[in-house]
Amino acid sequence: MNPVILYNNDTSANVPVEAPVERQFYPYADNGGTSLGIAGADFCLLASDTRKSSGYSIHSRYSPKAFKLTEKAVLATNGFAADGLALTKSLCQKLEWYKHAHDKEMSTPALAQMLSNTLYYKRFFPYYTFNLLGGIDDQGRGIVYSFDPVGSMGTELCRAGGSSAALIQPFLDNQVGLKNQQGAQQTPLSLESAIRITKDAFTSATERDIYTGDYLEIFIIRQEGVTVERFDLKKD
Amino acid sequence: MSILEYNGGAIVAMVGKNCVAIGSDKRFGVQLMTVSTEFPKIFPATDKTFIGLPGLATDIRTLSERFRFKINMYKLSEEREIEPRTLAHLVSSTLYERRFGPYFVEPIIAGLDKDNQPFICGMDLIGCINFAKDFVVAGTTTDSLFGVCESLWEPDLEPEDLFETVSQSLLNAVDRDSLAGWGAVIHVVTPERVITRTLKTRMD
Amino acid sequence: MATTRLEQPKGGFNFDNYQRNVFLENKGIPVPKMTKTGTTIVGLIYKDGICLGADTRATAGPIVADKNCEKIHYLAPNMYCCGAGTAADTEFTTALISSQLELHRLTTGREARVATALMMLKQMLFRYQGHIGAALVLGGYDVTGPHLYTIHPHGSTDKLPYVTMGSGSLAAMAVFESKWRKDMERQEAIELVREAIESGIFNDLGSGSNVDVTVIEKDKVDVYRNYAKPNERGVKEQSYKFKRGTTAILKESIKDLVIITEGIEEMDIS
Repeated sequence: MNPVILYNNDTSANVPVEAPVERQFYPYADNGGTSLGIAGADFCLLASDTRKSSGYSIHSRYSPKAFKLTEKAVLATNGFAADGLALTKSLCQKLEWYKHAHDKEMSTPALAQMLSNTLYYKRFFPYYTFNLLGGIDDQGRGIVYSFDPVGSMGTELCRAGGSSAALIQPFLDNQVGLKNQQGAQQTPLSLESAIRITKDAFTSATERDIYTGDYLEIFIIRQEGVTVERFDLKKD
Repeated sequence: MSILEYNGGAIVAMVGKNCVAIGSDKRFGVQLMTVSTEFPKIFPATDKTFIGLPGLATDIRTLSERFRFKINMYKLSEEREIEPRTLAHLVSSTLYERRFGPYFVEPIIAGLDKDNQPFICGMDLIGCINFAKDFVVAGTTTDSLFGVCESLWEPDLEPEDLFETVSQSLLNAVDRDSLAGWGAVIHVVTPERVITRTLKTRMD
Repeated sequence: MATTRLEQPKGGFNFDNYQRNVFLENKGIPVPKMTKTGTTIVGLIYKDGICLGADTRATAGPIVADKNCEKIHYLAPNMYCCGAGTAADTEFTTALISSQLELHRLTTGREARVATALMMLKQMLFRYQGHIGAALVLGGYDVTGPHLYTIHPHGSTDKLPYVTMGSGSLAAMAVFESKWRKDMERQEAIELVREAIESGIFNDLGSGSNVDVTVIEKDKVDVYRNYAKPNERGVKEQSYKFKRGTTAILKESIKDLVIITEGIEEMDIS
C-alpha cells in the first residue's frame, strides 16, 4: 500500500508559480573606521585609523583609508571601503587629466568642489562614503571639507567622521573650538597641540568603539608638502 | 527611533577623589519638539546618593516614585539609610522583574557609601549592572558622552575639578545631540556637603 | 490592596508593561538594545580539574558598555559558570540557580553535584523557550569528579572535554582544536585558556580587554580576576583638567551634611 503523503515537498514539480520570487542584493556594507580633520593657521591635519571590519570580524588591521591626492590635499573616506577605493581611484584619474590639460595641480578648493560633483553625479546610486578632505588653500591656510554621501559640502575648523564621529566630535568642539569654556582665549592652535589632541581622541575612541583600532595614520599637510606619521592603537 | 529616545535626555556620573558627581540635562521633549526645559531626571535617594533616570518620561516619573517608596520602606524596616550598592541591586531587581515587559529607563546611581567611598554604576533597561570605576553615561547622548568622558576624565579629581570635568563633558556632548540639552544640573557629593549647580547652556 | 500586591511580589516575572510595549512595537517603534556580552568564554578539562576563562568586554551595539565586567559567575563553592548573551539574563539566571543550590546544600547536607546545577539551568532555560538569552559554560568538581558542560539559550546541553561559546567561540576553538591534549598540567591548562581567550579578544570585535581565569580542582578553587591584561590603555598625551570657573553657572545651592562621629568621648573632669 502506498503511504499517505501529507505534504508534497517536491518544489521542483510543475506547479505554476503564484507570485514572482523576489531576490535581494544589498550592494553596500559598513566597514567601520574613523577619520578626523583639524584645520590650523598654516597646516592641516587629517588622521584615520586603519582597521577594516564588518560585523564582528576584522578584515584587515592595516588597510589605509586616507590617501594623498595632491601635494596640498589628503582625502579620508569612511563607510563602505570598496566605494571609498573606487572614488579615490576616480578622483586620482580626474586629477591626472586636469594636470595634463592645465599644466598645474588642482587647488584644494577646486578639488573639494570636484569631489562634491563626483558624489552628486551618483545621486541615485551613491558612493556610500563619508568623506573628509583636508588641505591647504590658495592662501596657504589649512582647511577641512566634509561631505555627505551625495555631495553636500561644508568647511570646518575641525571634524570627525566615521564610526566614532559621535565620540570624537564633541571632544574636538571642546578642545579645538573651545566651546562651553568661559574665559578661554582662542590662541592659534599649534601643530604639536593638534597632534596631541588627535592622538588622545583616537585612543579614547578605540576604548569605546569596536570598529576603531589597530593603527593611526596622521597626515600633516603644509605648504611644503604632505608628511605621514604612524602610531599604534589597541588591537582588541 | 527607539522608545528610549522618545523624550530625550542625557545623564553622566563620575568618580573623583573622595567624591562623586552626577549631572543631567533638563529637556523634556516629544521627539524633536521640546515641551519643557525644567524636567528633573536626577532624584535624591539618600543624603549622599542620587539616582538618575534617563529614558521614557512616563517611566521616569513612575519609577522615581516607586524607588522613593522602596527606599523609604527600606529605611523603615532596616532603620538605616540604604547604601548605594544595595540601592543598585534594588533597582536592578526591580527592572529585571519586568524582563519581558520592561520600563524604558537606563538608571545611573552615584553616591558615597557609609565609609564615604565613591560608588557609581549604570544599568541597562532590564537591570544589568555596570560597576564602573571611572564614569558611567546613559540616555540619548551615550556615544558622545562616552567619547568625551573617555578623553576628559582623569583619576583623583578634587570636587571642584570634578565639577568642571563632568560639566564640560555633559555640555559638549549634549550640544551635539538634538534630543538633549536646554539646561543642565550637576550634583557634586562630598563627605561634607552636596553642591548642586544649574549650568548656563545653549538653549537650542 | 493594589500597592501591597505590587510591592510584595510573589516572585517570578511581571508582565504588567507587556501589552503597552507590544502596542509601541506594533506602532513601529523598535525594542531598545540590551547590553550584550558579545563574548569569548571557554572551559577545558585537564588532569586535576576544570579551567574556565572569559574576556571582560560588554557591548551595547558597536559601543563598549563595560571594559572590565565579570563573566565568570559563582554558582557554588565547587562550581562556576561563564555567561554569554544578554548580560542581565546570564547575571540573574546564575544568581537564581546559585541561590537554589545554596538551599539544596543546606537541605541535603551535601555538596551539590554539577549535574544538579546543569539540570536546574537547562530546565529553567527550556521553560522560557529561549526568551532568556543566556548561553553558559558550566564547570565544576564534585564527588564524581570534574565536569564541563555548555548550555544553550533554548536549554540544550553538551558535555565535552573542551568547550567555547559566544561570538569569539570560533577563534577560541581554533586554539583548542590545535593545542588541547588529554591530561594537561595545571599551568599548561591555564596558559591554553589564556591563549584561547586572547585569540577571541584580538580577532573577535565583540570580545576585548582582559582575561579572567577560574581554576576548579578537588576542594580547591582559584579565581584569577584579570589573569592577563593585554590591552592596558597607554598614558594620554596631555591632561585635560580645566581651570576652575570654566563652566558658566546660573544657580548654586549647597547642602551641608552633619557629620556624626560615634564613639565614647572622655568626660571632662577638670
